[in-house]
Amino acid sequence: MKTNDIILQTATKIVLFIIVLFSVYIFFAGHYTPGGGFVGGLLTSGAIILLLLAFDMKTVEKILPVNFMYMIATGLLFAIGTGAGGLLFNVPFLTHAFTDVDIPILGHLSLHTAALFDLGVFLVVVGVTMIIIKTIGEDD
Amino acid sequence: MSLLHLAIISPFLLAILVPIAYKLFRQIHTGWFVLPLPILLFSYFISYLSITSDQQSVTKSFSWIPTLGIDFTAKVDGLGLLFALLITGIGALVVLYSIYYLDKNKEKLNTFYVYLLLFMGAMLGVVLSDNLIVLYTFWEFTSFSSFLLIGYWYHREKSRYGAQKSMIITVFGGLSMLGGIILLYLMTGTFSISEIIAQSDEIFSHSLFVPALLCILLGAFTKSAQFPFHIWLPDAMEAPTPVSAYLHSATMVKAGIYLVARMSPIFAEHSLWLWLIAGFGITTLFWGSFSAVKQTDLKAILAFSTVSQLGMIMSLLGIGAAALHFETVDDSYFTIATTAAVFHLINHATFKGSLFMVAGIVDHETGTRDIRKLGGLMNFMPITFTLAIIGTFSMAGLPPFNGFLSKEMFFTGMVRVLEMDIFNLDTWGFLFPVLAWVASVFTFIYSMILVFKTFTGKFQPEQLEKKPHEAPIGMLISPIILASLVIIIGFFPNIISNTLISPAQAAIMPVEGYVYDTHIYFWHGFTPELFMTLGVITLGILLFVTLPKWRSVYNLFPEKLALNRFYDSGLSGIQQGAHGFTRWYMNGSIRNYLVYIFTFFIVLLLSTLFTKNAFKFDVSNVSAIRFSEIVLALVIAVGSITILFVKSRLTSIILLGAVGYTVALFFVIFRAPDLALTQLVIETISVALFLLCFYHLPKIKDEERMPFKATNAVISIGVGLVVTLIAFSAHSNKLFDSISQYYIENTYEKAAGKNMVNVILVDFRGFDTMFEIAVLAIAALGIFGMIKLRLGGGKKNENK
Repeated sequence: MKTNDIILQTATKIVLFIIVLFSVYIFFAGHYTPGGGFVGGLLTSGAIILLLLAFDMKTVEKILPVNFMYMIATGLLFAIGTGAGGLLFNVPFLTHAFTDVDIPILGHLSLHTAALFDLGVFLVVVGVTMIIIKTIGEDD
Repeated sequence: MSLLHLAIISPFLLAILVPIAYKLFRQIHTGWFVLPLPILLFSYFISYLSITSDQQSVTKSFSWIPTLGIDFTAKVDGLGLLFALLITGIGALVVLYSIYYLDKNKEKLNTFYVYLLLFMGAMLGVVLSDNLIVLYTFWEFTSFSSFLLIGYWYHREKSRYGAQKSMIITVFGGLSMLGGIILLYLMTGTFSISEIIAQSDEIFSHSLFVPALLCILLGAFTKSAQFPFHIWLPDAMEAPTPVSAYLHSATMVKAGIYLVARMSPIFAEHSLWLWLIAGFGITTLFWGSFSAVKQTDLKAILAFSTVSQLGMIMSLLGIGAAALHFETVDDSYFTIATTAAVFHLINHATFKGSLFMVAGIVDHETGTRDIRKLGGLMNFMPITFTLAIIGTFSMAGLPPFNGFLSKEMFFTGMVRVLEMDIFNLDTWGFLFPVLAWVASVFTFIYSMILVFKTFTGKFQPEQLEKKPHEAPIGMLISPIILASLVIIIGFFPNIISNTLISPAQAAIMPVEGYVYDTHIYFWHGFTPELFMTLGVITLGILLFVTLPKWRSVYNLFPEKLALNRFYDSGLSGIQQGAHGFTRWYMNGSIRNYLVYIFTFFIVLLLSTLFTKNAFKFDVSNVSAIRFSEIVLALVIAVGSITILFVKSRLTSIILLGAVGYTVALFFVIFRAPDLALTQLVIETISVALFLLCFYHLPKIKDEERMPFKATNAVISIGVGLVVTLIAFSAHSNKLFDSISQYYIENTYEKAAGKNMVNVILVDFRGFDTMFEIAVLAIAALGIFGMIKLRLGGGKKNENK
């Protein structure tokens, strides 16, 4: 089935970046406003799915040469590693730490270990969604 | 986290690096990267000797789940240190041996060393944990990692069978042990072993005391392969020989011994403890040695010999517990049993470890382990032969090796049994020395079979797969070290008596203000024990020479042990039953599955709702319904009903999506932006996913449409009704204060976040999230596996 989807492809090229940027924003905003790793991850995978819809599987694999299995594993390691990090400081598993720092240009920032944990969630969500979509999509 | 904790988990940390090292340095045997760790750990633990030699202990703790009283408390006392040294010491030798045993071009070394390291770390955790839950966690870890190790050659049917068997039996015992741990917690309110010991007098008469004792013992007996649970150990010999040498001579099976020793201060006051351990131990000793004689596989002989020796150590611990019972009798009579137990534990690790390595060398250099095919290897492998002589003679309890000393002490302990009040000739007590002596005769016989059938007699080159020759020097180093220890301990037993044995004894039988002082004498006069040994040797030689004549005794028993047959038929019965049952209800129709699920759902929830009188309808506390909400609800209703009547799959997917988006709008107007956002994105992705799935399905044809079915209508209406009722009741019943106030107060205070939902997800309930993403990952793997397998035609599935 060969269709002429030039409009979709052109639009995707622009929209993709907007979605990805938005998902990054959503991911970091999570601690104070709606968002977080789960939604951020879903948004990113939404962007990749859009890419899959507009182009074919091979092109996407060329653009994004990522093994999503490894991505899931990395995500889980992030989550567990953040939790285990607490053990080094003699506090229970998954104890989070945070601090406020002032950085030039970026201004006042709060740094949380919870964000690292959330990054794990983000990676797992992207990996899982893409694995599912890709395995089912490849099956033809 | 202290250095001690780091030492315990260091094998796990190294296990992460092993596959990387394997990939990067294919030319170097991966074992070389692993070897430094056990050596390092061994030298680290040696540094604790100065503390434990004074029968003191070191405790380091840090909180793990403090609210539940679960702390990772690491405690090094005499007993723990003894085991830690065995685990790391023998571990280092086994790793060295395995470097020469496993071919780096043929074997998947990365997985092998990962499993081995996991096992090492788990064992260290078991013997150095003071918290019972931590101990249990590591305990099950040993079960799983040994399962992986036994099934390492997973392409062999027997390996898989042995691995499964060991796991079924040891995990069964482990779960029972968890029950015992929980009972102990209920009685004492703590998981800390030292604190429970401090309270042992108070819980002695508690009604849960005996159940806890039985549960814990079941765990120990299954792990240590005590009769009748010994059946898994011979099958576990399917593992590569270095693994057998490690797991089944030196470490894993001794976890059960460790547990009994560790728990002795809590339970030993009870006579049941003494009887059970001594009784099962002596039975295992006898049955193991008796069964070993008829085996024809070198490793099978060693396996049964391990079973019997474990029984011996176990029975000694039981008799040793008697010391706490009879203050009228001189204590030293009974403490000698505990001394013998610890001493033999060390000796067994040395000679059995070296014997396993010898068996591995024979297997490696000749291609077979069948003693009917072997013979006359003495001329080809002089060094291996010498090592075998040392190991087997020590095992048989012959002087001047270390096994002689501990066997003599074993006899002493058993003979003293007769002097006890309850253990006299009127009771069954007289069986102890008798069984011990008979078992020793059989031990002598199989030891002799092991060495003489292999290394002397007729050489049969046509039966062997390879031309035999002496093993490479690297493979010999480890057994040589162990065999030297056998001799050194044999001649100078007192170098370990007050450094290793007494401290361990102090941990097994702590007496306030009493300092154990052990002296082992090589020559202890013309005692009854010596005559017993002489009797063993005389009768043993006689029986060994006449073995072909009386071997038919074994034919009186069925070819396979009755117990093994019981296990096999039980296992296959369960499998067949489950298979038949599953075939009956898993008939492949998704519609049927939904019927089961929903019927169960309706029946369970409706009956609960009404039997518990939980249904309540209270509209006093609801807000007014706005016009916009009515519109949205209508859209949802119309959308759902239309799905039932559309003819194209595409339309129904889009309609389903529309319903989902409308629900998201509900979240928007109820001011739940987080939920709305998630729902919107989820909806988008699931619509895309549905489109992909349905793309592969054929178009719906008119004749394929389901006819109207009354049962389906009842079920669908029922589900809707139940959900509505529950929603009403949940809203109307306010049994507890809402938890949200806690989060409102603490979200910024404790987690410095303003978005409550996200803070709950990543911080307050981070543990949940961690496991949720793990579940997600497993689901993705499942889908991946399922679809890929189907693509391969489904034929690769071996279990079909």
